[in-house]
Amino acid sequence: MAEFKEISPNASAGARLLNWVDNRFPASQLYKEHLSEYYAPKNFNFWYFFGSLALLVLVIQIVTGIFLVMNYKPDAAVAFASVEYIMRDVPWGWLIRYMHSTGASAFFIVVYMHMFRGLIYGSYRKPRELVWIFGCAIFLCLMAEAFMGYLLPWGQMSYWGAQVIVNLFSAIPFVGPDLALLIRGDYVVSDATLNRFFAFHVIAVPLVLLGLVVAHIIALHEVGSNNPDGVEIKGPKAPKDAQGHPLDGIPFHPYYTVHDILGVSVFLMAFSAIIFFAPTAGGYFLEYNNFIPADPFKTPNHIAPVWYFTPFYSMLRAITSEMMYALIACVFGAGLFAALKSKMPSFMKAVSVVACVAVIAMMLSIDAKFWGVVVMGGAVVILFFLPWLDNAPVKSIRYRPDWQKYLYAVFVVVFAVLGYLGVQPPSEIGGRVSQVGTLFYFGFFLLMPWWSQIGTFKQVPDRVTFEAH
Amino acid sequence: MSDTSVDSQAIDSSKRTWLITSACAGAVGAGAVAVPFVSSLSPSVRAKAAGAAVQADISRLKPGEKMTVEWRGKPVWIIKRTPEQIAELPKLDSKLADPKSERHPDEYTPPYAMNEHRSIKPEIMVVVGICTHLGCSPSDKFTTGPQPSLPDDWEGGFLCPCHGSTFDMAGRVYKNKPAPDNLPVPPHMYLSDDLILIGDDKKA
Repeated sequence: MAEFKEISPNASAGARLLNWVDNRFPASQLYKEHLSEYYAPKNFNFWYFFGSLALLVLVIQIVTGIFLVMNYKPDAAVAFASVEYIMRDVPWGWLIRYMHSTGASAFFIVVYMHMFRGLIYGSYRKPRELVWIFGCAIFLCLMAEAFMGYLLPWGQMSYWGAQVIVNLFSAIPFVGPDLALLIRGDYVVSDATLNRFFAFHVIAVPLVLLGLVVAHIIALHEVGSNNPDGVEIKGPKAPKDAQGHPLDGIPFHPYYTVHDILGVSVFLMAFSAIIFFAPTAGGYFLEYNNFIPADPFKTPNHIAPVWYFTPFYSMLRAITSEMMYALIACVFGAGLFAALKSKMPSFMKAVSVVACVAVIAMMLSIDAKFWGVVVMGGAVVILFFLPWLDNAPVKSIRYRPDWQKYLYAVFVVVFAVLGYLGVQPPSEIGGRVSQVGTLFYFGFFLLMPWWSQIGTFKQVPDRVTFEAH
Repeated sequence: MSDTSVDSQAIDSSKRTWLITSACAGAVGAGAVAVPFVSSLSPSVRAKAAGAAVQADISRLKPGEKMTVEWRGKPVWIIKRTPEQIAELPKLDSKLADPKSERHPDEYTPPYAMNEHRSIKPEIMVVVGICTHLGCSPSDKFTTGPQPSLPDDWEGGFLCPCHGSTFDMAGRVYKNKPAPDNLPVPPHMYLSDDLILIGDDKKA
């Protein structure tokens, strides 16, 4: 227990109250560690708005969600009507509902930007691996949250989207069909499914999400924020003032709290504009077919997930039985490389070759449908391993060779193209492009241990680059 | 506290054994409590009871027409094929993934439908209208010839809007499509010429 602090009886009532609390709960200490004396690098650029914006959107989603639950009914017979009731009859219900539905898309925009920031500035590298991993877990939770929330309005896209995604699980050999049954709680997507998705959407996943957000921030404040230069401001060699505070850092409060108000203002302008003038965002944030009640007998002519899932959905669609031959060739190449070129001890070589043969045997014997699911899941799971895939001698893209900058640009374009194709109906040419895109996406990550070392790296400065303004 | 030394001789191994034993017993208990919670996620008795067989009257179905009946919450299609459509079926074999319905016959094709037209009567097709890929309901594409998302030599059948799987007029899936299997034929039987019982094929 910390030492009990006495305070002068002449101190103000506020100071005495704070002292009373501090002797029982570390209020001042938490405030200092996480706000007034949390030193963040002074060279943050606009990419660093998205972390605090993500927190803002989380608060918006929780508050609007609580108010929606007051009028929503998780019952297949009345769910669709209760959403329309919120939209038409509940005072200001339309605003709360559109804030929540637009908030979902805003969340993904903000989080994708936030992740991209981490990617280009090497914010996932030692010692920030756990910050990144907690972040990836948050991303997974968000996907679960968005998917289950989308079923609740019980529209056509809600129903058929859930049908498709739950059926993904039934592609798993042996346990798949039973697992899908356990998720749905019925032989088809039904009232039982709606009820349990509601429970997960409003209680279970948000609880996990909040815990992960706290873990994400605690881990971040333990190791300190990265910055666009990838220079450690708190390292043993970094310059510090007489109190031991980094010269290249500024306290989060008041400097970055005020700074982030600018980001919040700009964000809220865009957010409000969408809510008031284009709440469906042309069918991208709320799909038109979802304004039709769920009909288990008729799949809409064109079904696609909401935009934030489409890059991964494209990868799922890209895995056909033809594509399997390309994937088998890749695994075969990896096995050959392990056997002939790598510097592993011969025992490890033998293990990798046997593993490759086993994987090829499985790829030949199990349906492409299952591998599509594996590829889609793998595209998210691979992000968790990023800290151990990158072998570049520098963190930030600023000091990487130029060719790597172009590679990152191509990666962004490929991801966007995959996202675009996932919205489109299936087509011959689109399928081919998404197959190439899928190979590129996985090649980018799986070959990163090698390509990240190639080229001439620029000298990383000792201190962050910063010009007062 | 700091002056208490912890050396291996001082460890009371009997106490440790019992600690490990009680921890294991606790873990078993916690695992057992998970059983009712996980079981509560499986289909309820009411959901299981909803799988009764249904009857369909096909007396008003004309050649080339389709009707849909609900069985276990799923759409079951009954289609009266035209003679041209029946004649087309054997010609498509080379383009199909499983023309003879030999994959997973117990799940997708009962013995009485193990034939070219996958039905009891050649002209009447009864299938569950749920794609074997990810469970969308394919759309009717009975018109032949070139059209969007379909090959130019299209002979009529079904197109799944989700991932582009195509099926012929017997619900057989084309090669190189995401769907691995033909559309399932539900257990069914004729109670009379115009009355089909779907969901049961054993009652006399």
